[in-house]
Amino acid sequence: MSDLSRRKLITTGLAAAAGVTGLGVAARLAQKYGLVPPDHGGIYGLGETLTYASQRLLTKHSLAREFSPSQISKRPLANEMAPPSDAFKRLQAGGFADWRLSIDGMVDRPATFSLAQLKSYPSRSQITMVQCEEGWSYIAEWIGVPLRHVLDAVSVQPHARYVVYFSMQPEWWESIDMSDALHPQTFLAYGMNGGGLPVGNGGPLRMRIPPQLGYKSVKFITHLTVTDSLKSFGKGLGSASPEAGYAWYAGI
Amino acid sequence: MATSESVREPLGACAPSSSSSVPVTTVTSRHSALVRVTHWITTLCFLALLVSGVEIVISHPRFYWGETGNVLTTPLFKLPIPSSRAMVPSGYGYVLPDQNGWSRYLHFQAAWLAVLTGLLYIISILFTGHLRKNLLPRGADLSLRAFSTSIADHLRFKRPSAAEAWSYNVLQRLTYLFVIFVLFPLVIWTGLAMSPAFVSAFPLTVTSLGGQQSARTIHFFVSLALVVFLLVHVIMIFLAGFWTRMRAMITGRAANRPTELP
Repeated sequence: MSDLSRRKLITTGLAAAAGVTGLGVAARLAQKYGLVPPDHGGIYGLGETLTYASQRLLTKHSLAREFSPSQISKRPLANEMAPPSDAFKRLQAGGFADWRLSIDGMVDRPATFSLAQLKSYPSRSQITMVQCEEGWSYIAEWIGVPLRHVLDAVSVQPHARYVVYFSMQPEWWESIDMSDALHPQTFLAYGMNGGGLPVGNGGPLRMRIPPQLGYKSVKFITHLTVTDSLKSFGKGLGSASPEAGYAWYAGI
Repeated sequence: MATSESVREPLGACAPSSSSSVPVTTVTSRHSALVRVTHWITTLCFLALLVSGVEIVISHPRFYWGETGNVLTTPLFKLPIPSSRAMVPSGYGYVLPDQNGWSRYLHFQAAWLAVLTGLLYIISILFTGHLRKNLLPRGADLSLRAFSTSIADHLRFKRPSAAEAWSYNVLQRLTYLFVIFVLFPLVIWTGLAMSPAFVSAFPLTVTSLGGQQSARTIHFFVSLALVVFLLVHVIMIFLAGFWTRMRAMITGRAANRPTELP
């Protein structure tokens, strides 16, 4: 073997070793700082991790765009069917007076809230865009209580990392990391465009997470769980979306 | 020469006649390893982006201008294709299967790989002089006469000379520069302008385009322009000699570099 090729071999070897070590260190750091999404396994894991990590580093604290009242869509698309269950029909017949939202998991004071109780908290509104992964969108005013306010009321424990939330519709659940859960625009919404929240838009209670695509804003919310790990929920991929083939993080 | 390791078979029957009589030897590489590797990674990424992009469009083959648009608003135009969503009034009596899950995962993974590869390429062509020597038009190329000769040669489907196997003509140079420095940046920009989280931090990326739906519509047309480039590119490869050009881009080897070239 000539000197040149030996030198080349050694350089290449060292470069490869440095590369592998660098990747290992990067993976450890990413894990430590919460930059790895729960659906990071599999062939698309690299792209998802790059997207989620970049968004956490760049956009964690920024606010989704808000619009002027004149930009509100004249006919907000009601793209939801009412849950067909008898339980939902009974609640609807009673004007949703018996609708309950329960919160448990890593909180000091697990609690159950009625809509009236949620409405007794300071109400906030935002004019933001609903953006569907399919490509369509509309702008509406959303009225509700910031999730942060409700989480403060039940006192989230310091090691909590995610909030998992469930619809009354079976098999419809999502989760967000704590920075999105505490984001000032993350609402438990019960009103829309100055009135109540129509069933076709997820009423009586839905999540609104404007910095992410529409499918994270689960409708007909009945239950929240605060946790430090998503492994024990469903298949451990973070939410129902990755189980159906869709990305967990939908800020893109 | 016959015993030398570097002697290669004359190029096959598909090669242009002008070069098949020249004994072919390995000389300095036609395309550097970096150009070849980034070329093929970009090719793979582009095909992945194209297939997944088409699938995503099928879920809502309607385009709008401004901030918002949905089935209740008037579109700028509709594609006359069936949709993978029942909500879309496509005019077809059936709904295609939903392919958006893997399409979106693949689209963003391929976008990341393409962008990182593109950055590596840009940095390297700046430092190696590839941009200055091979992509920026030469002074003499920019005369009206040189332009009209080149355009006339193209219109007559004139076979490229042997020298052209080693250098890009002025139309090629301008096309590559347009793709690298206009179309690719534009498709990345309009893509990012559709990300709700990205525009929360950088709202100008979308407001400067006239809104989120405008960004989606521009993204579609820039992608279409890239597809047209790909088609013309592949047709030109066939006209110039498929195997010689493929071989040059895969192995780096090409026919002898003509001496009259600098």
